[in-house]
Amino acid sequence: MTSITAKKTRISDNILLALIGICTFFSAALIVVIIVYVFSKGIPFFKFKDLISPQSALTNPNGLLGNIINTLYIILGTLLLACPIGIGGAIYLNEYAKNKKFVEAVSFATEVLSGIPSIIFGLFGMIFFGELLGFKYSILTGCFTLTLLILPIIIRSTQTALASVPESYREAARGLGATKWYMIHTVILPSCLPGILTGVILAMGRIIAESAALLFTAGSAYLMPRDFFSHFLESGGTLTIQLYIAMTNAQYGQAFVIGMILIILIFLMNALAKWITKHFDVNTKE
Amino acid sequence: MSKISIQHLNLWYGEKHALKDTNLEIEENKITAFIGPSGCGKSTFLKTLNRMQDYVKGVRIEGLVSLDGEDIFGKGVDPTLLRKKVGMVFQQPNPFPMSVYDNVAYGPRIHGIKNKKKLDEIVEKSLKSAALYDEIKDRLHSSALGLSGGQQQRLCIARTLAVEPEVILLDEPTSALDPISTSKIEDLLMELKNKYTIVIVTHNMQQASRIADKTAFFLHGEIIEYGDTEKIFSFPEDKRTEDYITGRFG
Repeated sequence: MTSITAKKTRISDNILLALIGICTFFSAALIVVIIVYVFSKGIPFFKFKDLISPQSALTNPNGLLGNIINTLYIILGTLLLACPIGIGGAIYLNEYAKNKKFVEAVSFATEVLSGIPSIIFGLFGMIFFGELLGFKYSILTGCFTLTLLILPIIIRSTQTALASVPESYREAARGLGATKWYMIHTVILPSCLPGILTGVILAMGRIIAESAALLFTAGSAYLMPRDFFSHFLESGGTLTIQLYIAMTNAQYGQAFVIGMILIILIFLMNALAKWITKHFDVNTKE
Repeated sequence: MSKISIQHLNLWYGEKHALKDTNLEIEENKITAFIGPSGCGKSTFLKTLNRMQDYVKGVRIEGLVSLDGEDIFGKGVDPTLLRKKVGMVFQQPNPFPMSVYDNVAYGPRIHGIKNKKKLDEIVEKSLKSAALYDEIKDRLHSSALGLSGGQQQRLCIARTLAVEPEVILLDEPTSALDPISTSKIEDLLMELKNKYTIVIVTHNMQQASRIADKTAFFLHGEIIEYGDTEKIFSFPEDKRTEDYITGRFG
């Protein structure tokens, strides 16, 4: 008879454990190395006044304010376009669409869409929105193009969020005589809001990070807006685009400063996503 | 006259014949209990009475169900209005993730009541009818998910009462609750039957014998026997009913 206290260790177990330990260490270390490297290269060139003044050959060749504002424009414009379409589309697919084949076809299409390299979106955006529809190099052309790029993210995350709503909420609402739309906007959406918002924030991260799809659509201008609305029709480069330009001009100092700012932004976005899931979740509130 | 009349009701889930030529007259202001082993069709039958089956894929229904003489499957019937008249309480307490107040006010708001004072009145009255008001009157505006299971189920009953239904369907409402909460809900149902027609599906035969005026025994999608509860439990006519209530199977 074997005793339950006799501990048996297998060498293969230990080797495997060591291997996955090393893998974990490498992936964590990689992030730390990149961040430390970017910051160590960026901090010596960082000047606060670059954040509050636009680039100008006369006063401040390293100013970033124009690019920061363009980034905000692109985020705002793209989300204004993509959120209603993406969330609305997901609601239709999950809650209304009866034809299963159709839903599957659309889901497949969004999956494919999310796998297409972003430079192809840039090409399409430049020709279709820029030339054919005549929006030229402009922030709006960039917003249209990025909308295509982030739609799959928003649709997917909204669909997942909707599917996670307990069936019992739907039963209860129907049992009280709620119509479908009433049920959706009073019970379903509030209870899956954190999931939807998390998707939107991930999409924002994607917008901030994007360069290939913007280079030939939104352009690379760095001027300050003259007017809030007309700026959408002007060319405007985001921080990421400016980073690309800085690198092609061998201005590595500025490139690392922008890299630093982008890393901080992405970090904040993720923290925000975490915070939202924690604080807006009606299902765990007591 | 019976409140709900069911004639030759057949129901299929795809190929599965789940209800076989069932006939039943549900009487007004009485408690009618459905008993039977799992999968016998009693919940299926219950959910047909307010057309909750509409949402089940591949379901096919034949036969006549009439509420106060009106065919519930008839042309021009609005299922939302039907469900206002025939409310439902589910097996698992399922309050919405919102405040106690908003839970109870949910139904009245669907049906167009917006006046704050009117809603306050309805909420208070419904919670009182569900014997819950005194326990939670200080917590009306905190989340319903913080209540105990028994309180949540009484809240769900209050939420159903708030739309002023005529019939209340309960699908094993106490199966997820402790004995004390169960007895509170049973007392509540005994009181509510003066105003409402109550239909309850239960796994618990003692519960049926304690509260029901009428009992129907379901087996394999058929109604084997239906009659006064006392008679069903003391002198069942059918051998299968006797076997079930004496615990020989099920």
